[in-house]
Amino acid sequence: MTRFRLREPRIDGDALRRELQAHAAGGFCCFEGWVRDTHAGRAVLRLDYQAYERLALREGERIAEEACARFAVVDVRCEHRVGTLALGEVAVWIGVAAAHRDAAFAACRYLIDEIKQRVPIWKREHYADGDSGWIHPEPRD
Amino acid sequence: MTQRVTVLYFASLRDASGCAAEEVETAATDVAALYAECRARHGFVLPQQRLRAAVDGAFVPWTTALHAGAEIAFLPPVSGG
Repeated sequence: MTRFRLREPRIDGDALRRELQAHAAGGFCCFEGWVRDTHAGRAVLRLDYQAYERLALREGERIAEEACARFAVVDVRCEHRVGTLALGEVAVWIGVAAAHRDAAFAACRYLIDEIKQRVPIWKREHYADGDSGWIHPEPRD
Repeated sequence: MTQRVTVLYFASLRDASGCAAEEVETAATDVAALYAECRARHGFVLPQQRLRAAVDGAFVPWTTALHAGAEIAFLPPVSGG
């Protein structure tokens, strides 16, 4: 069972949602990350995502297993884009099916937070002024 | 004594080195020493403290010993999501 995948070109949220449908589930919580047109005040035209696929798949799957162990969920799915993305495209998709909403919301939040912190995927922003750059966040206090 | 390993680069390190991967013959005995060599050769700006290291597709401490044929990746701060 793969609960975490890398996807190119397009994430199909409807198909992912269908994978999670189950009679044991009383609810479904989804988070989609979208490509936004600004970053730190600069106009963004498009993004590139690059992944260390071998480790990204392993770490993403580990995070999904953690979510299933920590929260009372039926199942989870996560997909992250690689390649070039236009404004408005789905960059990351997180879905959780659970018997009750508290676990669904909590697991969804856990998954997106851990993926952003731990999975070896990098974003390059292309700006309207012609510049571009990889985003390497400073460590959080 | 030297050994041959493969080094993978991503994001800004890939741009700075001009390659996604390279084979290197190195006298470095651990992952930290190998990064110091590669950093000096390619002029990487990022210090080791801001990176994570992986060997053969798994995160490792910087003190991990190298072995012949290893695949080493130096991972800049991630920005997925």
